Amino acid sequence: MQYDENVLTRTERRIFALRTLYSRAGYRSYRMRKFEDYDLYSRNKDFLLSDRVITFTDTNGRLKALKPDVTLSIVKNIEDKPACLNRLFYDENVYRVSGSTGTFREIMQMGLECIGDAGNPAAAEVIDLAEQSLALVAEDYDYILRVSDIDILTLLIDGMSDSGSVRSELLRLVSAKNLHGIESLCAENDIPAEKCSTLTDLLKLYGTPLEVMPEIERICKGTEAEEEVGELADVLKGLYPEGGEKTERKIVLDFSIVGDTNYYNGMAFEGYIDSIPECVLIGGRYDKLMRRMKKKSRAIGFAIYMDTLGMLGRTAGDRAIENFYER
Amino acid sequence: MGTIINVALPKGRLGEKVYKMFEAAGYGCDDIFNGRKLVFENLDAGIRYFWVKPSDVPIYVERGAADVGACGKDILLEYEPNVYELKDLGTGFCRMVVAAPKGFRDESEYPLRVATKFVNIAQDYYSSKGRDIDIIKLNGSIEIAPILGLSDVIVDLVETGNTLRANDLEVYEEIMDISTRLITNKSGYNFKSAAINRLLERL
Repeated sequence: MQYDENVLTRTERRIFALRTLYSRAGYRSYRMRKFEDYDLYSRNKDFLLSDRVITFTDTNGRLKALKPDVTLSIVKNIEDKPACLNRLFYDENVYRVSGSTGTFREIMQMGLECIGDAGNPAAAEVIDLAEQSLALVAEDYDYILRVSDIDILTLLIDGMSDSGSVRSELLRLVSAKNLHGIESLCAENDIPAEKCSTLTDLLKLYGTPLEVMPEIERICKGTEAEEEVGELADVLKGLYPEGGEKTERKIVLDFSIVGDTNYYNGMAFEGYIDSIPECVLIGGRYDKLMRRMKKKSRAIGFAIYMDTLGMLGRTAGDRAIENFYER
Repeated sequence: MGTIINVALPKGRLGEKVYKMFEAAGYGCDDIFNGRKLVFENLDAGIRYFWVKPSDVPIYVERGAADVGACGKDILLEYEPNVYELKDLGTGFCRMVVAAPKGFRDESEYPLRVATKFVNIAQDYYSSKGRDIDIIKLNGSIEIAPILGLSDVIVDLVETGNTLRANDLEVYEEIMDISTRLITNKSGYNFKSAAINRLLERL
């Protein structure tokens, strides 16, 4: 019997479209159990968005947890083959505490992981798929993929202060694009003005890689981050090949993306769709998580929040006001 | 139609001051102080204003109903919205302080009873000092709490200090200086960055 596409919900259509995209790109579907040993999450609490998980005792007395995250399970269960490249995608439910209600919610998440010999070419491939994913789910709305490099930020900030609390505060201010806050904190802590301006100049940049990469190279020249800027340029070469056709992409470089530096390193990115006030796609390199879990492989991936995508078409802002005036 | 920036302004004196700054920067809007309307726009200037309760400004911005908003640093520290804080507008100056009855001395034998609207700010402040406290959340008339013995001290905003003096209270410790900040939604910024940056340059 042929199925009728009209019976599919919008979320199911999105999932099928994304599964098709990832399968055609050579990724294989990865299924996993709904629960894991609680120990996995208690050892990696900082990796999770919230440290609260739903636990229960299995019939053998072991403490289990309903998955609050997919990446940790994949990293734990996948064979460590650093010379090969394992390309996986998943669509799974995770169980997390909602920020607005403080109660647990079941959240549909779709994602993709590239694990093993996942160097710069793999990073370019994953960023390209993240951008294509946004194009598939954004319908007639504009979208953008913001890309940053956590190592560049970390190296600059580590060179500014020996104090862990000052470095944490600097990261927090970076994530808020709070330039005046960074300048005040630097002044209070006798951080040299040139180090402060390197960070604020970097944070002011916002534009396509072709527009802002020369500026990033100029700002970071002679700093602790100069070598890592070369790594970023190398990943971007994979997306904008020299001599190739001029590629029109919806990618901007923006250094306000920060993540937990105990787990993440290198490229980090976030996807946004116009009219959805939150990030719908989040991803990046997590080689440090692999090391913490005693794996030699490198890894990069992303997740798309299907429930956040549900806000498309029923959101606040311009369209709501225009609709109000049309009535 | 070009890009329109939706601005959440805090109702009251502070919002009026901030609007004057926008007006001077070329984003004026006729009839903005007129009547009961809450939404005003000047499409030629690419601007639309909403008057909202001051503590709701970050909610409108974080949830994308407004692209930018103006609110006090106290509100940002208290609610920690996931927004960009792009500019210190250099207005709405006041101080967040601990105030107590004249002559008060903190004896650390018992948890300090602190009455405040700003629960997070008070907790963060005393946690950084390693002092145990008992928080009493109030929504207004905070100054009455020590008078009635409801609390030992209060954590509140002080502009001139007149209300404290009228109630026989004095500033016991200064927590931080407060001013008004321009905030923007992290998603909306991506789609209106040129217009928002132009606004920032003009302010």
